Amino acid sequence: MTDFTLWDIVRNLLLAGRWTVVLSLIAFAGGAIVGLALTLLRMGGLKPIRWLIRLYVDLFQGTPLLMQLFLAYFGAAVLGFDVSAWTAASVALTLFTSAFLCDIWRGCVEAVPSGQWQASRVLGLNYLQSMRHVILPQALRLAVPPTVGFSVQVIKGTALASVIGFVELTKAGTMLNNAAFAPFTIFALVAFGYFILCYPLSRYARHLEKKLYGAGIR
Amino acid sequence: MTLDFSTLLPYADVILEGLVTTLWLTVVTTAAGITLAILVAYARDGSPTGSRRIVSRLLGGYVEVTRNTPFIVQLFFLYFGLPALGVPISATVAALLAMILNLGAYTAEILRAGIDSTLTGQHEAARALGLSRLQSFRHVVLVPAFSRVYPSLISQCIIVMLGSAVVSQISVFDLTYAANFIQSRNFRGFEVYLVVTLIYLLLAVGLRLAFEFVGRRLFAFRQGGSA
Repeated sequence: MTDFTLWDIVRNLLLAGRWTVVLSLIAFAGGAIVGLALTLLRMGGLKPIRWLIRLYVDLFQGTPLLMQLFLAYFGAAVLGFDVSAWTAASVALTLFTSAFLCDIWRGCVEAVPSGQWQASRVLGLNYLQSMRHVILPQALRLAVPPTVGFSVQVIKGTALASVIGFVELTKAGTMLNNAAFAPFTIFALVAFGYFILCYPLSRYARHLEKKLYGAGIR
Repeated sequence: MTLDFSTLLPYADVILEGLVTTLWLTVVTTAAGITLAILVAYARDGSPTGSRRIVSRLLGGYVEVTRNTPFIVQLFFLYFGLPALGVPISATVAALLAMILNLGAYTAEILRAGIDSTLTGQHEAARALGLSRLQSFRHVVLVPAFSRVYPSLISQCIIVMLGSAVVSQISVFDLTYAANFIQSRNFRGFEVYLVVTLIYLLLAVGLRLAFEFVGRRLFAFRQGGSA
């Protein structure tokens, strides 16, 4: 058995940390695209569509992310696909993120006073024009702080991909621990890695929120 | 592709056992986590000075570290790390500890938001009327703050219940562990996880209804009143 120096551990964690960052970016970008489409459909759509999207959101918010990952992984096998941990983790985290972002953004669009809607319609703007020029710019300002805040949940969520064999920061930690058996040091370092990624985002989200409410918009 | 749920039936007792574990973990965590959060909020309340200030700083660190690291890492840190330091800990105790510390940190932050939105004048008025710091915190600050943030509190407890699926990874026999166990026997992964996911969904809905029922009893004095 080889001896692990602290630098060996740190280096391996840093290498695996890349995949935590990449998976977070995939989940967040994918989730934002799907989430935006769902939000727009939900705002304007017909009743059955709205109802379906609500069900989608409730399903993802009311079940464990770990189960969603298992279902993506095993579900694909049932459908006859042989998916990698990469694909299963990306798909599950993208859907998970889209459901939460859809819910956050719907709240932001609804927070724009209804008088704004009525005024723009009365002024002769159609649905899309009102959305594009009046509602969305205002909703966007409200949406930024909670969206940044949620990105922290996405990063933390990627840790669960370790369970289906995706080698990112957490999985690298358990693998290193099996070889080096220094659990206290290793998991403290793993936690520190996530903290470095998440804490600045948390602080930034809080700062944005203060700025927004300081500006007197509610 | 065919789905076959009948192979699950012989394992009904396994699922039940896991369900019971998930339930009691959630109930104990909710009670202990909220208590912890109240203590933390009390220690950090106001503008502490001297040694209280150091405690307040440390608690702030605990809250931030917990909120900015994944639950699964916290769990591994406690379960694998504490024995290495000479503190033996069982999987169940590690799971419970991790869940309580996690809920405690999030709830402390939620409570703080509620406390911050209480007018400082009320606090000062209570002190001027001769209430002690503890009395004023309990009657004037805590209860209104609690009722104000109660919806966030419900969501957080549900998040922790759903998050508890992760304790299966340190071999606590919870609902997810039951699913993994059955999957390893009948090789019907998708069916098992689908059923167990639905059970989690029902638990989440049930938990929300139970909390709302308790909330209506607890904060009945606020209904129809001002605010």
